[in-house]
Amino acid sequence: MATITYPRTDQADQVVSGRSPRRKRRQWAPYLFLVIPLALYFTWIIGPTIATGVLSATNWDGVSALHFSDKNGTSYLVQNFQRLFVDSNFWTALSDNIKWLLFFLIIPTSMGLAMAMIFNGKFRGSRVFKIAFYSPLVLAGVVTGLIWSAMYNPSSGLINSFLRIFTGTESGLPLWLGDRTLALWCIIFAAAWRQVGYVMILYLAGLKGLDTTLIEAATVDGATFWERFRFVVFPLLAPVTVVVMVISIIDSLRAFDLVAIMTNGGPDHSSEVLANFMYISAFNNYKMGYAAAIAVVLFALMLCFIIPYLIYTSRTELEY
Amino acid sequence: MATMTQSVPLGVPATKITAKKTQNVFRNNAIFVLMLIFTAVWLIPIIGALVTALRTQGDITANGYWSIPKTLTLSNFGEAWELGQVAIYLKNSFIITLPSLAGMLLLSSMAAFALARYRFRGNMLIYFMFVAGTMLPFQVLLLPVFYLTKALHLYNQYSALIMIHTAFQLGFCTFVLRNFMRTIPGEILEAARMDGAGEFRLYWQIMMPLSLSSLAALATLEFTWVFNDYLWAIILISDGSKKPVTAGLAALQGQYNTDWPVLTAGALLAAVPTIFVFVFLQRYFIQGLTLGSNK
Repeated sequence: MATITYPRTDQADQVVSGRSPRRKRRQWAPYLFLVIPLALYFTWIIGPTIATGVLSATNWDGVSALHFSDKNGTSYLVQNFQRLFVDSNFWTALSDNIKWLLFFLIIPTSMGLAMAMIFNGKFRGSRVFKIAFYSPLVLAGVVTGLIWSAMYNPSSGLINSFLRIFTGTESGLPLWLGDRTLALWCIIFAAAWRQVGYVMILYLAGLKGLDTTLIEAATVDGATFWERFRFVVFPLLAPVTVVVMVISIIDSLRAFDLVAIMTNGGPDHSSEVLANFMYISAFNNYKMGYAAAIAVVLFALMLCFIIPYLIYTSRTELEY
Repeated sequence: MATMTQSVPLGVPATKITAKKTQNVFRNNAIFVLMLIFTAVWLIPIIGALVTALRTQGDITANGYWSIPKTLTLSNFGEAWELGQVAIYLKNSFIITLPSLAGMLLLSSMAAFALARYRFRGNMLIYFMFVAGTMLPFQVLLLPVFYLTKALHLYNQYSALIMIHTAFQLGFCTFVLRNFMRTIPGEILEAARMDGAGEFRLYWQIMMPLSLSSLAALATLEFTWVFNDYLWAIILISDGSKKPVTAGLAALQGQYNTDWPVLTAGALLAAVPTIFVFVFLQRYFIQGLTLGSNK
């Protein structure tokens, strides 16, 4: 990790003392620079986030006026969440998101790290191979979804055609995206295909920034490759690992594109994720309050991870 | 790691060095062959899609995917481009992506300059607000933004998507640029101040040129992110003639249902701009990805 020297911006201010117009201008400058970006940010990001919280306490259908409680005085906030917690589709969506998250934390992360360790050395063709591995990263979720859907297609897809030749049978081949137990994993697999390259790039950058003298010292002391990795390289990569974890968490909780394109949550809601479940509740069923409640759950889930991360960054940030 | 295996420790007898060298040559070739196989497997989805797009659905259904293609044709690409309207969708994607890029880079660099270079009340608070925003699940914004665009009569307009992309990416861009701008020595700015440069000139004529590499990296990365967005595209645009290519592909999926050659041809066409960026601006793309994490 590159060491960054933080300039002390306040020192200059202390030199110019008094109430000169120049100094006054400098006092106002940051606010002037920030006014437009912040206005946009509040209108489109902060405001809507709060509004979603408010919506989750209503039964809004998208047209009528906002009501926060029904005729008997029971608040819709309570009703929405009560309904959510007995909705089996919600629990499927939540558990699918968590499966996605756990898979992302383990498989693409370790694979990306392994690829980074391999590509950190130079060998014949390493540059071309490296490019091949992270090329899926630039494809849109929709593109990835479509090309994997074509492969998973039970009758004409590449995978079943291969299995047909290999096993010689027609019947009993998996339906992949059409199979209740397989659909979600088929999607996660396609998502992981994209994620490995991302993780690899982050670890490669981390490896480049490592202090090689430490590794050399370990080699001189007779450490094997595995020992050097386990006790020197991996601990030194901890900051990258934190970032990779955060990205994996964000990406798996945000998951939408692939699900929407490949199965739309089906078959029979078996590959539902919170994002798609919310989209359907809002735009197909017009249950805005209910959809907002789903978004609030998603947000709360994300906060469990954002807050520790913010504390972690603030510790390094407030040092100056 | 690489330097470890290649450098020969001092005091090792010459014979051992040659033995080690042959061992290395053997190992390198083994790695090469292994990687070649692994890479080929890894790229099956892309190569497979290319092969599908060049064939006809009839041929694939009748003879199986792994049969030798009876005919190779480019007509699927033509069909997706013309009848599938991928040409129009791609144009729309550019109309949305380029102004979004300009907007987010301009506004985030202004915010980043203020946060990196001035000490004022609320600096840290605003900075953390931007950082937290980068991790926000966009589903949280979905409904209010949808109704806000309707209220502002922006629904079904390119500008709706331009606004939300600019605003949503402000957090990440500001975060990256602010951290970069803090690494620039303060003496440069002080010298310009002494020469009588105003605060805006410091930003525009000194900080911006110095930040060009970061701006280029961000632009490359954000191009692919905005270009590849699907969720906002389907939420804020329903007019078929204004859809960007991601939403267009979903429409194509409805239109061509099980005609996989046309669908994959469309998907590949849609990927051309991002692949182009990836091939020619790869260095910036990688730099952009690691910028955010390298702090």
